[in-house]
Amino acid sequence: MGYKQYILVCGGTACESNQGIALFNALKSAVISNGLVNDVQVVRTGCLGFCEKGPIVKILPQDTFYVEVKPEDAETIVKEHIVKGRVVSRLLYDKKQSQINVGIEGIDFYQKQFRIVLRNCGVIDPDKIDEYIARDGYKALEKVLFTMKPQEVVDEVSKSGLRGRGGAGFPTGKKWSFAAAQPAGQKYMVCNADEGDPGAYMDRSTLEGDPHSVLEAMTIAGYAIGADKGFIYIRAEYPLAIQRLETAIAQSREYGLLGKDILGSGFSFEIEIRLGAGAFVCGEETALLASIEGKRGMPKPRPPFPAVKGLWGCPTVINNVETLANIPVILTKGGLWFSKIGTATSKGTKVFALTGKINNSGLIEVPMGTTLREIIFDIGGGIRNGKAFKAAQTGGPSGGMIPPQFLDTPIDYENLGKIGSIMGSGGLIVMDEDDCIPNIAKFYLDFTVDESCGKCAPCRIGGRKLLDYLKKICNGDGTNADIENMQEISEAMARASLCGLGQTASNPVKSSLRYFMDEYKEHIDEKKCRAGKCKNLLRYTIDAAKCVGCTACARVCPANAIAGERKQPHVIDKTKCIKCGQCFEVCKFHAVNRA
Amino acid sequence: MAKLTLNDLRKLRDEKQKTMAKRDPSHKDAQIIVGMGTCGIAAGAKETFNAIIDELDAKGITHVLVRQTGCMGLCHSEPTVEVIAPNMPVVIYGNVDAETGRQIVHAHIIGKTLVDNHICDKPAMDIVR
Repeated sequence: MGYKQYILVCGGTACESNQGIALFNALKSAVISNGLVNDVQVVRTGCLGFCEKGPIVKILPQDTFYVEVKPEDAETIVKEHIVKGRVVSRLLYDKKQSQINVGIEGIDFYQKQFRIVLRNCGVIDPDKIDEYIARDGYKALEKVLFTMKPQEVVDEVSKSGLRGRGGAGFPTGKKWSFAAAQPAGQKYMVCNADEGDPGAYMDRSTLEGDPHSVLEAMTIAGYAIGADKGFIYIRAEYPLAIQRLETAIAQSREYGLLGKDILGSGFSFEIEIRLGAGAFVCGEETALLASIEGKRGMPKPRPPFPAVKGLWGCPTVINNVETLANIPVILTKGGLWFSKIGTATSKGTKVFALTGKINNSGLIEVPMGTTLREIIFDIGGGIRNGKAFKAAQTGGPSGGMIPPQFLDTPIDYENLGKIGSIMGSGGLIVMDEDDCIPNIAKFYLDFTVDESCGKCAPCRIGGRKLLDYLKKICNGDGTNADIENMQEISEAMARASLCGLGQTASNPVKSSLRYFMDEYKEHIDEKKCRAGKCKNLLRYTIDAAKCVGCTACARVCPANAIAGERKQPHVIDKTKCIKCGQCFEVCKFHAVNRA
Repeated sequence: MAKLTLNDLRKLRDEKQKTMAKRDPSHKDAQIIVGMGTCGIAAGAKETFNAIIDELDAKGITHVLVRQTGCMGLCHSEPTVEVIAPNMPVVIYGNVDAETGRQIVHAHIIGKTLVDNHICDKPAMDIVR
């Protein structure tokens, strides 16, 4: 006697914040009230990736995919789909389909994806270790502990070509070999889960959806480098991920997959969670280690690298969540298998968090070498409201803006570097024609200036100066000399900053100057913002020929700046206008001009 | 739960894999589709559906995906069950009660022979994918 049908409810943060918990409970009680407790299991899974249309409900084995499901719909789903076998077509992604067997094959969003890291996200219940084990979980650990020597593990990872997914792309196997080569003694394995880029959430989703994959990988890494202690450094603002990690660690301990003498192999490994307060700089490895040690999170000059002298002076390997989630698969399927996916220099897949002006924002995983066009238009469903694509920002505030001419460039570490951006951790923010480039650069600089730890001058002073220039340009006070200064400062920051934060903070400025100089020039020479985002550069006027005198604008104006008789053309008093743009929005006759 | 040994872990994995496999729609090469319109349900399709799943479980068969669908239009012969298996013609069986459901698993899925007396139709061209 087992369950016959399964209702999978997305339990990622995005869906949970959208009444996901209420939905889960409603489905459970609907199953109970319909007397199906023994036939139907309601499972809360990790992020299914399609956050745009959340909350998501998937019904198996029919593989029916329901989107934007509300708690009120629970009863209908159970009564119609489960009891009668009739699809609830109004909840399907493509409402025209009436077949019940409409799975993710029917949705373009999933077609070009290839899931290694997210293999279990949306499939298993992250709070159940048994489900992870059933999906070949802890098989890699078993193989490693009983059939491989530590050096062989390092070699296998090297062979896979896996590179760090935290941003810089350092070969993981090499990192491990440095630490493994250090004389035996106390060593540490650290998982960097301090995901701080605005718009990036792949690490959080991985931990929420498949925490055991990271625990297994850390244990394997510990075995490979000779460490018996691991730390997961995660920011306190990820409560759901922390909670699931704690559950997972407790379960692993109970099963003897963590702790002393794992599976009777003689190898012991412990994992502890350390909470970060949410400083962006603590994603930098030396600052992260300082924070774990209880010190202020500030970077140190390298060398010595952490692999030689890290946590409390001991050899330490720091790997990002996504990097680690690849490890168990690499060791079960072999490094060679993994190295066949991707491009010549970048192997495997990459998870991106799609956000911004895109139709299907969400979490996706694609093979390296996929083009931006495929990601944005095929998977992402294109730009919202049919607007034109302007740029994509990869790598968050440390990355660069990629203009339309590179849409067909295959994405890997090298290519992104060549066009002035970085892979970063995988945030991908899409901008359309309504976004003002200098204004966006200003937003990112605002972020990095805020997050700079202030230890080294290039980052502390340079970032502040760049931000000042950008503010000046957006206010319409910029000069051509400012651009030259910005270029010089950017260069100096990249070369002289102590850590990755400062070295990359100028990337948004550098890349936007390179590809969108015309927009900067417009702001400076013509005092014009084509996207209409820089308030100071805007002038609102009413076209007397088009205005019918409906008074809609005058009524909506919060500053009482619009005057005019009923049925007579209205006029905006420029001295009173606060440029809020409400008259522009409200006018049905296109009589309000914005320039 | 006591600490696992290597063998415990392997045993647990094999055991759980079977339950998980039921959820996974990929890696399945055969399908049994039970017509569960009002007509089908009234004629006992739910029992047939359950019997088929239980029988597959009992035989440890994981490569068959059991799905349900609406009315196939053969209301006179409900419950109807469509079977799509590799190297076998696509067949719709009619009047499939729980016992016949189990027979379909034995004969059609395991034995690769058709179940006599219940063959109702080949699917119409517009149903054939």
